[in-house]
Amino acid sequence: MLKSRGLLAAVLAALFLFVAVKTFLNHSTNVENARSSTTIGGAFELTDQDGQQVTEKDLLGQPSVMFFGYMYCPDICPTTLLELTNWLKALGADADKLNTIFVSVDSSRDTPKQMKLYLSSFDPHIRGFTGRVTQIRKVTSEYHVYYKRVQLDGGDYVYDHSALIYLMDQNGRYVGIITPNEHETTAIGKLRGLIK
Amino acid sequence: MIFLATTRSLTLALLAFAVICAGPAVAQQIKAGDLVLDHAWARATPGGAKVGGAYLTIKNNGTAADKLLGGSSPVAAEVQVHEMAMNNGVMTMRPVEGGLSIPAGQSVTLAPGGYHIMLMQLKAALKQGDKLPVTLQFEKAGKVDVTFDIEGVGASAPPPGQMDQGMPGMKEPMQMKPGQKM
Repeated sequence: MLKSRGLLAAVLAALFLFVAVKTFLNHSTNVENARSSTTIGGAFELTDQDGQQVTEKDLLGQPSVMFFGYMYCPDICPTTLLELTNWLKALGADADKLNTIFVSVDSSRDTPKQMKLYLSSFDPHIRGFTGRVTQIRKVTSEYHVYYKRVQLDGGDYVYDHSALIYLMDQNGRYVGIITPNEHETTAIGKLRGLIK
Repeated sequence: MIFLATTRSLTLALLAFAVICAGPAVAQQIKAGDLVLDHAWARATPGGAKVGGAYLTIKNNGTAADKLLGGSSPVAAEVQVHEMAMNNGVMTMRPVEGGLSIPAGQSVTLAPGGYHIMLMQLKAALKQGDKLPVTLQFEKAGKVDVTFDIEGVGASAPPPGQMDQGMPGMKEPMQMKPGQKM
């Protein structure tokens, strides 16, 4: 009786160990796969709010903060741009050490001229990038940004889009994100960390 | 005669007081049938923007549900009720199909991050400090004229859990001073 109980305990322990090791291995593999398949950031060609051609190379040398959206968005986009404005103010002179960029996913409506006018309502550090449909497809693909045009009744259209703020280092490598509901103190802390 | 003069000055003083109380800082409350509309405000639009968002609280004191269907405004070609939602970091915005329900005995607040009155094809920019006239269309209460106070660009209602700090639409956007320590 005692012997069989000991055997049962041993079998159970072995089973537990097997499951634990297998779970650990699976997890490690998943993390590894995730890392290799989600390199955020890469090459792009766009036009800035002054009509100048820009590529990823123009951002190298200092860290970048990037947000993707469109100007026909009354909610999250002006909210985020106002938050960025407040955070950049909080950084003071350090705001000069960041590239802060609003990338439009709305190729046909958001022209460089329109973006310049729109961004004049926010912090002057914020630059606006737009481009042709293929160029926007390329940059959003590089940054793993989801966006989808949705037609409304009456001819207007809106976009579903990722509302994350991407933080990239001075070499154009992905560092992290700021989420839409992130606390202001945390967000400013992340920007400060990026500049260091 | 002296009594009359005193009464008159008292009336004037009361009138002046009433005018101060009804100043622009206090959002106008509107009653329409069973509905009470309050804290009507809109966001100022960034330069060249063609869309704007307006917000308010609608309370239904009746015993039957009503629906906010949409509306019209002299400054926009189209006025719709939209819902913004976040799913896994993706923002979606859609017209509320069939109208926004205002259940009996309940209050519905339209605020950034949720429901908004979407002003499309704006004919003029919405400027902070100005008023925005909108005629809202309800299923039961019918047409209701509402004047929205225009707040700052990207102005925000307090997030859930911070409601005690102020009513939606009454909060100024947070401004940080350069170099301010966190």
